[in-house]
Amino acid sequence: MNEVTVLKVGMADMKVAASGESLRTTGLGSCVGLVLYDEKRRIAGMAHIMLPSSSIARENRINPAKYADTAVPGLVELMKRAGADPGRLVAKMAGGAQMFHFAGEDVMRIGPRNVESVKEALEKLGIRLIAEDTGGNYGRTVEFDSRTGVLHIRSVQHGVKEI
Amino acid sequence: MELFGQNAEFKLDVLREIGNIGAGNAATALSKLLDKRVNMQVPSVSVLPFEEIADRVGGAETVVVAVYVRVVGDAPGNMFFIMSLEQANRLLNVLLGMEDIKGPGYSDMELSTLCEIGNILGGSYLTSLADLTGMRLTPTVPSVAVDMAGAILGYGLLQFGTMGDDALLIDTVFFEGDRQAEGHFIFIPDPDAFPQLFRSLGVPME
Repeated sequence: MNEVTVLKVGMADMKVAASGESLRTTGLGSCVGLVLYDEKRRIAGMAHIMLPSSSIARENRINPAKYADTAVPGLVELMKRAGADPGRLVAKMAGGAQMFHFAGEDVMRIGPRNVESVKEALEKLGIRLIAEDTGGNYGRTVEFDSRTGVLHIRSVQHGVKEI
Repeated sequence: MELFGQNAEFKLDVLREIGNIGAGNAATALSKLLDKRVNMQVPSVSVLPFEEIADRVGGAETVVVAVYVRVVGDAPGNMFFIMSLEQANRLLNVLLGMEDIKGPGYSDMELSTLCEIGNILGGSYLTSLADLTGMRLTPTVPSVAVDMAGAILGYGLLQFGTMGDDALLIDTVFFEGDRQAEGHFIFIPDPDAFPQLFRSLGVPME
């Protein structure tokens, strides 16, 4: 009875958990794992965001989960359809690391830019960010339990953390 | 994703040959460093969904040692030299004349040794490629990480990210002696690098 179904969220992917499942995404480096949560209805959504802005997209059909500016409204829409109240959503996120460091070259500061961009997009929709574990230079695997609202974060160097 | 237009099969063969020459040279350099025989497999060139790329080195959560080099010049791209912890430990023990080095908690000295190995191998990969094609290809200063494969390789997919949800990688597996410990040379040219890469080898783009 206590078996929890875990939905896997791939890279540049988003999913919603509406009946007690957990959401999990693995190997976040510079990518950001964003969670939106409606606590009252226990509906959660997770996106594995790769790039800060869809303005740099050169694909014909944009995958909204991939870019921070499209993933936030896209996830809200998915959750609305699953029965969540957009006015009640809060956010948690993890990731946005800088995996490699180079003197001088700053074009690849993609992790921190992803984080900033997610925050802007959240602010735009009036969604409060209640917890984050971002930055650093290490990878993270995250799992969100839609029944408890806890985000579990695992990393190689720093063990397990809950926010 | 439309990367190649016509003659896609032939172009994949050309990329395989690029991997063969580059990784072959790097494997020779590694063999000299270790004073041991290093074998390699035929390179695999594939266009894979982002989600499946880390599976090539054991899965997104597998802890690996990776040296990353950004390639700049005529055909820019991302290059990774990826080893299992076991392989990295063996390499370090041989090169530093020790017996008890065990990652993932490496000292600064050990990390900088790994970085230097990556530098030498990446350099020989690119030099042979530059000789073959006449292109200007320069490695940036290498950087090392010991972490989840997904987090590391994700970094090499950003340029492809703007184009679609999959990427082309030239992956060459090498192993030393008994095959117990294997490593990878992975070259991910930027999507924009292909026309120049093919042109330099006399392959028409259309």
